[in-house]
Amino acid sequence: MYNAKTVITGIIIFIVLCTAPFWVGLTGKNYKSTGIVLPKDEKNCVENVKFMRAEHMRLLNEWRDEALRKENRTYIASDGKKWSISLQNTCLNCHSDYKEFCEKCHVANSVYPYCWTCHIIPGESK
Amino acid sequence: MNKNRRSFLKAAGLSVFALSGGLAAVPGATQARTAPGRYDRGDNAPHAKRWAMVMYTRKFTGPEDYEPLIVACHKEHNVPNIPGAQNIKWFWLDSYEHTFPDDMNAYLNEKIRAASYPLLCNHCTNPPCVRVCPTQATYKTEDGIVAMDYHRCIGCRFCMAGCPYGARSFNFIDPRKFLPAATPNPVFPTRMIGVVEKCTFCSERLAAGKIPACVEASKGRILFGDLEDASSNVRLALASNFSIRRKPSLGTQPGVYYLI
Repeated sequence: MYNAKTVITGIIIFIVLCTAPFWVGLTGKNYKSTGIVLPKDEKNCVENVKFMRAEHMRLLNEWRDEALRKENRTYIASDGKKWSISLQNTCLNCHSDYKEFCEKCHVANSVYPYCWTCHIIPGESK
Repeated sequence: MNKNRRSFLKAAGLSVFALSGGLAAVPGATQARTAPGRYDRGDNAPHAKRWAMVMYTRKFTGPEDYEPLIVACHKEHNVPNIPGAQNIKWFWLDSYEHTFPDDMNAYLNEKIRAASYPLLCNHCTNPPCVRVCPTQATYKTEDGIVAMDYHRCIGCRFCMAGCPYGARSFNFIDPRKFLPAATPNPVFPTRMIGVVEKCTFCSERLAAGKIPACVEASKGRILFGDLEDASSNVRLALASNFSIRRKPSLGTQPGVYYLI
């Protein structure tokens, strides 16, 4: 190979540079928790934490379609507990602190859902 | 060559068939469920085959009699009061000529002709608004209510053109600036700019076992019940009184009846 030494060193430097964010990320030094504040009075959400974290938006979409279109306004969770399907009257009952719960995580993840153009944030007048 | 091509096409056709058939055979493959739980009707929700409303208009003496009903509805649903032609209408009043334009009879009782009549979405059996909606944002539920999913409304206003009763309003401006109370009703959402809205027959109250807000505020002068049930209050009222509906010739079969 022509100029093997420089070429191979170049390739190695290139690969290390390109994958650097992953290696730095693996050290975990720059990991920041969103610092969301969980509701104090209630320990269990509708489903388990892992599911709610990953799928709450899909669950909300499904709740909307079931409640509005099929008139199924009760959700029976996998643990058998019954929940009334409503963002404002069920979810926000416990998750009443919008700034400390919803917003912190949404901002950290750069998602800006437009729930609140219609749904009313608790304690907010107009 | 010829044979090769033939066998290739055969194999390709068969595999496409197998792939598509295999996909179709998986139940609900296109619409997978997210939630691990189940869905059900509310425990205390009343059931009906077709909800309908009967208005005892002769028991109301004037437009001011309807005021508490309008206030109750608009407060309950955070319906804004926008001055001018861009107001949002859920429950409103209009003259006899505008309410019953088909009625061409001359020399009508002056009292009836001069009165105001309460108007709301008729929750038609054959709703033109549902037929024209391109996104299925408006639809008919099992119990005859013409409902709306504001999440899906793109604001094209086809439904407003389709509705012969003017029961739909478009949010030209942010409705939150014109809410009827200083603090909105926290149990019901508002709407946003760019969507069409209308009366919901209080489907959210029905689900909780309550009667519609206007019916509650009318103190018995508006009846609400199942039109398909021969022994319901609305059927008994219709059987013993002469009733009219708005624009019956259009064939939309409104669910709001007026006892004049």
